[in-house]
Amino acid sequence: MRALRIFKIALRALRRNVMRAMLTTLGIVIGVAAVIAMMEIGHGSTLAIQHTIATMGAYNLMIFPGNAMLAGISTGTGGSMRLSPGDADAILLDCPSVTAAAPVVWARAQAVYNNLNWQPGSLIGTTPSYLDVRDWGQMAEGNPFTERDVRNTSKVCVIGKTIEKMLFQDESPVGKEIRLMNVNFKVVGVLKAKGANMMGSDQDDIIIAPWTTIKYRVSGAYSSSTGVTTTTTTTILPSQVYPAAQAPLYPAASASQQADTPQPVRFANVNEIVVSARSGPEVKQAIDEITALLRERHHVHPNMPEDFTVRDMTEMVRTMSSTTELMTTLLLIVAAISLVVGGVGIMNIMLVSVTERTREIGLRMAVGAHGKDILRQFLTEAVVLCMLGGILGIGLGRATSWLVRTIKHWPTATSIGAIVAAFAVSATVGIIFGFYPAWKASRLDPIDALRYE
Amino acid sequence: MELLELRQIRKTYHLGEMDLEVLKGVTATVSKGELVALMGASGSGKSTLMNILGCLDRPSSGEYWLDGNEISLASVDERATLRNRLIGFVFQSFNLLARTSALDNVSMPLTYGPVHVHEDEMQERAAAMLKKVGLGDRMHHHPSQLSGGQQQRVAIARSLINRPRLLLADEPTGNLDSRTSEEILQMFRDLNEEEGLTIILVTHAQEVADHAKRSIRMKDGLIANEAELKGAHK
Repeated sequence: MRALRIFKIALRALRRNVMRAMLTTLGIVIGVAAVIAMMEIGHGSTLAIQHTIATMGAYNLMIFPGNAMLAGISTGTGGSMRLSPGDADAILLDCPSVTAAAPVVWARAQAVYNNLNWQPGSLIGTTPSYLDVRDWGQMAEGNPFTERDVRNTSKVCVIGKTIEKMLFQDESPVGKEIRLMNVNFKVVGVLKAKGANMMGSDQDDIIIAPWTTIKYRVSGAYSSSTGVTTTTTTTILPSQVYPAAQAPLYPAASASQQADTPQPVRFANVNEIVVSARSGPEVKQAIDEITALLRERHHVHPNMPEDFTVRDMTEMVRTMSSTTELMTTLLLIVAAISLVVGGVGIMNIMLVSVTERTREIGLRMAVGAHGKDILRQFLTEAVVLCMLGGILGIGLGRATSWLVRTIKHWPTATSIGAIVAAFAVSATVGIIFGFYPAWKASRLDPIDALRYE
Repeated sequence: MELLELRQIRKTYHLGEMDLEVLKGVTATVSKGELVALMGASGSGKSTLMNILGCLDRPSSGEYWLDGNEISLASVDERATLRNRLIGFVFQSFNLLARTSALDNVSMPLTYGPVHVHEDEMQERAAAMLKKVGLGDRMHHHPSQLSGGQQQRVAIARSLINRPRLLLADEPTGNLDSRTSEEILQMFRDLNEEEGLTIILVTHAQEVADHAKRSIRMKDGLIANEAELKGAHK
């Protein structure tokens, strides 16, 4: 109740000189407005920058099969054949921090169209999710291939801009067929240009096809040649050169036949699984979830090392967090400066107000106000002034960011934290800069104060 | 019965190297229900004595008993509480809060009382006081909308709101014309006679002092003579 009355007295005192109160608090209004506007615009830009960096693959995780030992000879990373497309599906299903996962099969082949040919920088087989992982959702032309194409081992592909330029020149590639290892692939879409990656290699020099097609029609021999179970033959069979011409896919071979004429076995292993984490901070969590899941799926004994490795873009993530940090620090400095300037304005006017109202202070003391009553009164006045300024400033700041958004189309993001902080900070500024004048008022001698002209 | 008693009150101001003794041992008593004029030329120590009487200041030495309380050793906050409870002030320049209604001006001292008074009760009591001083129809006027006499009446209402034991009026008619002065002084006499309120009128004008029943005259920091103006010889 007492607090309410003090608040009322403060409001009444401020109402006695509305114009001056408005001008006094203008510093705070502008300060808070600047903070809010900067926060919202800055927050928006930060999100945009984060999104850009995310597009570059900062949230991506790559899972490679682990080492395999062949008679004491280590194959190095990628040697084991235990990573399967099923792992990718399970990761997407069971790891909440993961938004997309796609298996990847690598291949190497010459791409031929009419009289032009080109060795693509990368030729990969995957699922449509790969485009989500790489943030490559939009197509320059045509459409991506579908899950159905993956199931059907369809001979379709999407190509990067570089391939389009090199093989098709001025033609539209969609609907045309290119040849890879004597297999005809229909081009269904052209990817948007992505440019070089951080290492400088051209990301548009790519052909993407269903992983089943690449694995079983293009690179079957290539992939299984590193395998553990096939024994290498010294003679090059036509079937190895032209895999599409391979006879039955599932040869019914007896044990002796198998020993006599070894056939490549259809392995469903993949070279890599790419995964996209939900956000930067969740990358670590995603790694843990994936590790736990794959250990279980691969029946890895708790005491044994994993038969796979998960890699993240540590450097990129660090870059991103430092960008965000820089932005926030910058905003905080601007905020601090403007609020201090506003606070000095408040202090200045409160000092004038105390001097001007010396007789009032004297009178209040004469009728029984203690020093602390006076202190509280002037402090409340300063805080109320600052908080009103804070509220106006929040409104003004939000209006500014709205204007920026609608007129300049900059991205902005509402920051509840900034609003709460601005309010709290303006109240704090009121207390800090209102204290000295209020203290000065409370220390006045009533006799002198009453006689003050 | 004595309401206040001064015993050998001395007050010395230290002005740099020099000590200035303004009160040189004042001894006086004022009984309950008296209307006393405190007179003296400027520089006689009259204002200093009034500040001590009003508990605004402390004597350098001596004792000051007010309504059973010894004031000379009271702390700043204790004196503030005593002022709130026991003393009403009326000033020469009214000292009303500008741009504040008469009602709020009158109820202001209640804010600083030891017990919390509800908002409605504050308004009620202030309204009653304003009616008592004849300003029942001016309750929501601001000081700038009131004449000098009306302003002083608001000030009197304010001084009475806490039902003080002692009313200290410092040149209450100094800023008023003679007709209004007469009205205000009459109001003091009525308050004194009808309610038995103890009033000390601080003045330098004999016409004002004539309204009092007794006058204390200050000269060079001492009481020069105590002349009973009315009633029996002391």
